Amino acid sequence: MTAIESTNAHVHDLGMPGGPDVTTIAGAIDASVAANGPKQTALKAKDLKTDQEVRWCPGCGDYVILNAVQSFLPSLGIAREDMVIISGIGCSSRFPYYMNTYGMHSIHGRAPAIATGLAASRPDLSVWVVTGDGDALSIGGNHLIHTLRRNVNLTILLFNNRIYGLTKGQYSPTSEVGKVTKSTPMGSLDHPFNPVSLALGADATFVGRAMDSDRKGLTDVLRQAAEHQGTSLVEIYQNCNIFNDGAFELLKDPNTGPMWTIPLVHGEPLVFGPGGASCVVRDDFGGLRIAETNQVDAAQIVVHDAHREDPSYAFALSRLSSQDLRYTPMGVFRKVAKPSYDRMMTDQLEDAAAQQPADLDALLAGGDSWTVSA
Amino acid sequence: MTGTNPGISSDAHGVAPGMDPAVDSPVHSSAPGGLVKSVVELDRVVIRLAGDSGDGMQLTGGRFTSETASFGNDLSTLPNFPAEIRAPTGTLPGVSSFQLHFADHDIMTPGDAPDVLVVMNPAALKANLMDLPGGGLLIADSDEFTARNLAKVGYDSNPLEDGSLDKWQLVAVPLTSMTTDALADSGLGKKEAERSKNMFTLGLLSWMYHRPTEGTVRFLERQFRRKPQIAAANIAAFRAGFNYGETTEAFAVSYEVKPAPMAPGKYRHISGNQALAYGIIAAGQRSGLPVFLGAYPITPASDILHELSKHKSFGVRTFQAEDEIAGIGAALGASFGGALGVTTTSGPGVALKAETIGLAVMTELPLLIIDVQRGGPSTGLPTKTEQSDLLQALYGRNGEAPVPVIAPRSPGDCFDATLEAARIALTYRTPVILLSDGYLANGAEPWSIPGASELPDLRTEFATEPNGEDGEFLPYLRDPETLARAWAVPGTAGLQHRIGGLEKADKTGNISYDPENHDFMTRTRQAKVDGIAASIPATEVDDPDGDARVAVIGWGSTYGPIGAACRRIRASGRSIAQVHLRHLNPLPADLGEILARYDRVICPEMNLGQLAMVLRAKYLVDVHSHTQVRGLPFRAAELAAVFQDVIDGTTGTPATADHTDTTILDVPAQTGAAL
Repeated sequence: MTAIESTNAHVHDLGMPGGPDVTTIAGAIDASVAANGPKQTALKAKDLKTDQEVRWCPGCGDYVILNAVQSFLPSLGIAREDMVIISGIGCSSRFPYYMNTYGMHSIHGRAPAIATGLAASRPDLSVWVVTGDGDALSIGGNHLIHTLRRNVNLTILLFNNRIYGLTKGQYSPTSEVGKVTKSTPMGSLDHPFNPVSLALGADATFVGRAMDSDRKGLTDVLRQAAEHQGTSLVEIYQNCNIFNDGAFELLKDPNTGPMWTIPLVHGEPLVFGPGGASCVVRDDFGGLRIAETNQVDAAQIVVHDAHREDPSYAFALSRLSSQDLRYTPMGVFRKVAKPSYDRMMTDQLEDAAAQQPADLDALLAGGDSWTVSA
Repeated sequence: MTGTNPGISSDAHGVAPGMDPAVDSPVHSSAPGGLVKSVVELDRVVIRLAGDSGDGMQLTGGRFTSETASFGNDLSTLPNFPAEIRAPTGTLPGVSSFQLHFADHDIMTPGDAPDVLVVMNPAALKANLMDLPGGGLLIADSDEFTARNLAKVGYDSNPLEDGSLDKWQLVAVPLTSMTTDALADSGLGKKEAERSKNMFTLGLLSWMYHRPTEGTVRFLERQFRRKPQIAAANIAAFRAGFNYGETTEAFAVSYEVKPAPMAPGKYRHISGNQALAYGIIAAGQRSGLPVFLGAYPITPASDILHELSKHKSFGVRTFQAEDEIAGIGAALGASFGGALGVTTTSGPGVALKAETIGLAVMTELPLLIIDVQRGGPSTGLPTKTEQSDLLQALYGRNGEAPVPVIAPRSPGDCFDATLEAARIALTYRTPVILLSDGYLANGAEPWSIPGASELPDLRTEFATEPNGEDGEFLPYLRDPETLARAWAVPGTAGLQHRIGGLEKADKTGNISYDPENHDFMTRTRQAKVDGIAASIPATEVDDPDGDARVAVIGWGSTYGPIGAACRRIRASGRSIAQVHLRHLNPLPADLGEILARYDRVICPEMNLGQLAMVLRAKYLVDVHSHTQVRGLPFRAAELAAVFQDVIDGTTGTPATADHTDTTILDVPAQTGAAL
């Protein structure tokens, strides 16, 4: 695969001393990567399955997402040994065990940090983070926003079921105000995060949203996310049929779904609802609002532009929806090109090596040495 | 001013009776008085520079150290500064000091007490005077002893004039105004010119101790190459200070401390943090792995991040993370990818990293965790030294999570200890904690520069082929000797595997809740770390007389003060054995047998007895724990007194009639008596 060959060439060119005693830096990694001949990139979904029994609750939305990912990944043309999935803690974070790639099921909230170190030091890999609403937005909120602002080359799949499942049903940072759970018998007092708004506030270069049960929509967003250079955040609405069943029913129901879902297609006017009855127009304060299509001029209807540099538009889009999921945009909110962190880091190493070749003896001697003679 | 011959002793040149020449106080030869400039030879000097945080004392001390190192003296330094970047000017909390001990022989500590104290203002005087033995030389910037500055620190009258400093050799010098006078034509404003007074002072001291000056001139040119006017002013002030020493009547004597005999070779001076950073780079080069540092700024470890970030040409990636947890997380992620992952921090950061260290224990990946210890608990004393993270390093994690722990014993040793930590991490696939401390980090000493090709070979092998009988890859199949698991890096075809924090099934690494497996894996992880002891060289016992009945055992930065105290004990005719541990987990295999040989074992620590507790638990030895947590290194004289008490209590009598208590404890007093 040419992408990998070229990145490895970058790693090679660090100007390491090649003396008999010193292995070229990254030489050992390169040797491992090259050890078993040409990369096998023609994969089928079954090539990505492992021998481990999948242990989510029957009916969990995670199964659907796993199937969608396994079906879609082979189309990227990446060898499975070049894919790494890093997860945190929670139901969704069991994901790596079911994927025949490299993977690490790490600790609560820290997957973006661990993935950052891997992606920054191995730009040849396709690194994925699988996380949940509690993992990414509560205990790991800090890592998430900083990873997004740095734009490390990662794809983050945030499974949002608006509940803590693995700990058996406490409210999460995306649960609606007033939610009655085991830890909030009189209703939750917390105002929830909108993960898309949060990511856009951190200047994320790619932000998308998809529904677990919408195979086509999910695959489309995943493909764009995987192809994006930099950090991609995909919020996946995922049903927890045990502790928060039906959380997204408003959007899934064939009758109500079209009424409240705003499909985002780059270059297309934001018209939705049965018969295209509703649309998105600009409001008087620089934001966006919902209007009835037959009440406005066609020219007033906003044409979706995911490539706008200024994240304000995408942010305004994300604010159209409320806690009860009415007017939820689905698709790619923002997709802008910006140099990725790992690329820039590699460039700095190459520049440094070009300016001053690595010489350990010279480094250790420094500028102010003296000699004691025998 | 109290005299024209400050610092001159009327004593004969030579070693006082009963003194070990290696540890004695400065010996001042007689010199002619009056205006004739004479040169007096000393075998060692301890100078302390003290001023306001903004006065540039650390820089001045650093330059004096460089001059002294390049001259060929042995030396040891103790920078001591507040955590506040700039406390209010002229106040006690804002006082910053730098102590340098240099000698014509091998020395082990920055000195218990200064022979010469330079104070740039009344606050510096008040904060440091109690450490200056009577008769010591005191140089003060008289310009700064204004009514306002005196009032700030509660002086009712000017101590430079009221006779209260009569027991010291006081030289009041208008350092500030002489600096501004010297820079009258520099084009700088008064305020700006005043800032060069530290260089004037350095010039004066350079004259007084015959230091080479070219290095400082070069340094100033380099430092201010974009501000030639400032460079010129500082150089002019430096030269003016030097010339002032040569011409003034205030100083009739200058001192010479001859170079120390050192093994032939090439030397430089190096601080602990610098040596540690170089150790990391060298470990990357010698292992053939790219280095990835994930770190969050924290005192006193940040300089390692700064240093490593300058050396990207060695393939070193430095990542300033959003927090301590991300720092170690990213390092572990990089290790998973085949890099040498490193994270640097201090005690509070180790607390935050604990969960990830546990993950590294479970995933059995190499990782270096550098803890530059400082005073604790909580934020504690960020700029002061302590050894109180030992138990945190050994045990501060949930579950049975054994981690090898290594401690360097001197600034230069930070280099070798880092290579040793990397060896263990890579060989045994384990996180390793390296316990440096603030004293080692900022202290400096001459360092024999090693040749890169002579450094340990740290090459490690990644798995590239399936290792299972059925052609599968078993990530937790172990090397029978080291118990290290196979390390396969992403990108290696056919070896895809998943690791994580859930308990691993033996060999396959799959999730396992099986009771027997958990018991087995817990014991195996422990056995792997215990087994490292087989690769540790035999413990060195320093007992030159060979008949010691008392042993002193230490770890980390107390090596110097303990060693100096042992020399004092031996100079008094007593015997004592010194054991200094580099490996704190696992402990050396021969340690129990060694400790059992002695009637008493003393363990001095800058904590409340953490190693002593471990030794008692592990070896059932009744360790005599001696502890101090002042944020400063031990004083050799104090330790010697403790050792002597234990020895005399054990043997029943003092060693010889000639060598009484005062022999060991007289060093500060001797200085006074000599003057």
